[in-house]
Amino acid sequence: MLEALVDAFPTLALLAYEPPGWGANLLRGLVNSIQIALGAYAVGLIIGTAGAFGKLNGGPVTRDLLAIYTTVVRAVPELVLILILYFAVTDLVNQGMVAMGYARVQISGVAAGIAVLGVVQGAYSTEVIRGAILAVPAGQLEAARAMGMPPLKTAWRITLPLMLSNAIPGLANLWLIATKDTALLAIVGFAELTLQTRQAASSTKAFLTFFLAAGVLYLLITLVSGVIFGRIEKWARRGQRGSGAGT
Amino acid sequence: MKKTLLTTIAALALGTAAMAEPVKVGIASEPYPPFASPDAAGNWVGWEVDMIGAVCAAAELECVITPVAWDGMIPSLASGQIDAIMASMSITADRMQTIDFSNKYYNTPTVVIAAKGSGILPTDEGLAGKIIGVQVSTVHQDYAQTHFKSAQIKLYQTQDEANQDLVAGRIDATQADSIALDDFLKSDTGACCENVGSVADDKDILGLGVGVGLRKGDDALKEKFNAGIAKVIADGTYEKVSAPYFASSIYGG
Amino acid sequence: MTDATLAGDQAPKFWQTHRIIMAAIAVALVLLCAVTLRWDWLPKYLPLIGEGIWRTLWLLAVTTFFGFLLAIPLGLAQAAGPWYLAAPARAFCTIIRGTPLLLQLWLLYYGLGSLFPQFPAIRESELWPYLRQAWPYAVFALTISFAGYEGEVMRGAFKGVPGGQLEAARAMGMPRLTILRRIWLPLAIQRALPTLGGETVLQLKATPLVATITVVDIYAVASRVRQDTFIVYEPLLLLAVVYMVITGIIVLAFRWFEKRVPSRVA
Repeated sequence: MLEALVDAFPTLALLAYEPPGWGANLLRGLVNSIQIALGAYAVGLIIGTAGAFGKLNGGPVTRDLLAIYTTVVRAVPELVLILILYFAVTDLVNQGMVAMGYARVQISGVAAGIAVLGVVQGAYSTEVIRGAILAVPAGQLEAARAMGMPPLKTAWRITLPLMLSNAIPGLANLWLIATKDTALLAIVGFAELTLQTRQAASSTKAFLTFFLAAGVLYLLITLVSGVIFGRIEKWARRGQRGSGAGT
Repeated sequence: MKKTLLTTIAALALGTAAMAEPVKVGIASEPYPPFASPDAAGNWVGWEVDMIGAVCAAAELECVITPVAWDGMIPSLASGQIDAIMASMSITADRMQTIDFSNKYYNTPTVVIAAKGSGILPTDEGLAGKIIGVQVSTVHQDYAQTHFKSAQIKLYQTQDEANQDLVAGRIDATQADSIALDDFLKSDTGACCENVGSVADDKDILGLGVGVGLRKGDDALKEKFNAGIAKVIADGTYEKVSAPYFASSIYGG
Repeated sequence: MTDATLAGDQAPKFWQTHRIIMAAIAVALVLLCAVTLRWDWLPKYLPLIGEGIWRTLWLLAVTTFFGFLLAIPLGLAQAAGPWYLAAPARAFCTIIRGTPLLLQLWLLYYGLGSLFPQFPAIRESELWPYLRQAWPYAVFALTISFAGYEGEVMRGAFKGVPGGQLEAARAMGMPRLTILRRIWLPLAIQRALPTLGGETVLQLKATPLVATITVVDIYAVASRVRQDTFIVYEPLLLLAVVYMVITGIIVLAFRWFEKRVPSRVA
């Protein structure tokens, strides 16, 4: 059956895994994309948690600075941010190193991509996590304080689990944004899936085949992520009222 | 313990100094056959890739090929992400204000191609009212914007996209390096089109040939690359590398 | 019940001490940038910048308008339609939301473009002048992208309208189309308004991608300035400022809309 399909659409042969098929290239690009997305997502979560706590419990200056950070990042297109950060970060780091007398350090493309996308994700994560923390019923926190629970224990045992179930839909959305934003790194020439697709399409002129194949791969990521996050949300909502029966 | 540690570190430092850190040579991450294009296994092949290997071997440098987006090439060089540009970048006065160049390693004419039988000529009158596509950040963009004022100019991220739109009929002509366009015309999709001639020369805009782009003031590396290029030309490696790709030398005048 | 609103417990005023200091620092930074960075290219490129901003704005306006019009039936089909309407709508929204916009743009422009030489009849057709240019593809891709995301938002909005309202209207014998027109749709749009504001901002941030298919928006103009003059940061800073200003206008416009509609509708 596979042969019949390839006979009908000869360009499908270009997707084969072994050269002269470009399948291996595309998969390499896919792995790169997922790597960067994971890294950026993790960095974003760390920045987001810190930012959310800063916005809720910090002093007025901290809160305003964080507000500026989230507003600017959410107002400026990712493409522009990627360009500014990609060149500015490496430039500043290198100038700093040179000024301090060290040799220029090489920031790999992966690290730069993760840093840039992580900063962007951090701004969105801050808002999602802050909203989720605010949605934790105040009564639970008051009860914990009334029982004399130290703040760190409260955060670990009460705030975090309750916050997670509120935050999962927003965080799932952020993960999808992270995976799709990796496509923008194609514009700075980083070898992830979209760039590999364009290179393959340019070299073989089979544009529709490769772009559709890349679309299928991205859809697969989305669908698998949806299933995984659905499971995580079910786990996070365990024991909460109205979680099992009605849905 | 401290003495052994210090001597080990000193030995390593001296050793690495003798080895010299690798030179990151930037090429365009978009395919530009026959100079540089990725193959199905993900390796970069082409005349320019081979030439990078030859020149670096002759200059005794350890070169690492680093693909960078074409329009981010000079900023990448300036910010230190790459140390040299060997991506068919022409030596022009404009660019020399920001970066340095080595001596040239090839120089080929600039031509315009159009659909067969279109009657287009590579002059301002011949392109009046037509749409010409050029790649951004190239001497061809400068040339078209300066000399082809009565044509409508469309800017593309890569020459390949301009070629594709020519085939699709969205543009009437495109101007680029004669070798890259020859390669396109010989391919299956290029059968639609023909070479309508070279453009009138303008040394200020079209430049003095293609050289290695280097950071301003990086004279040590410039000397090494110049030495490497001279050696490659003198001992016949240039012809050996060019033989599989071109019938005659593209070093130019 | 203790009186919680004593005179001193009003909302804290905006211009507190630290804010005044920060604003002063910001103004100083802006002046520093204006004086030390290179802005000599501005006069030469001003008309081009104006053209770029105009193109970005009309792309945003046209695609959000038509995208929203398309999103209403998409959301309705998923919220209340029979399976043969709901399933394709859902598939459409999933595919659009599951793939990057950049890929969709390139697929439409270069993918379809590669088909043209194989069907010479297309060149003779009426559509050819439009298929030749780049902006129809940009408008089409951005419109269906917006429709895909808003279809999902409208689905939630339609489902979220209190069932009691619809039942009451049905009980009064209102025909279905009238219910949709007078009750369901307006209430759904009210529910969706805050999200729509955010989505419009996201659409603005998606517009720079059209520069990769040769549509000259403000990002393409900034790129051109960067390439012509080799200046790296200043055009990008101007670009960031332009986008922040447009975002601010959008946010204010939506806040004004939200004030006009009653916020608590049972």
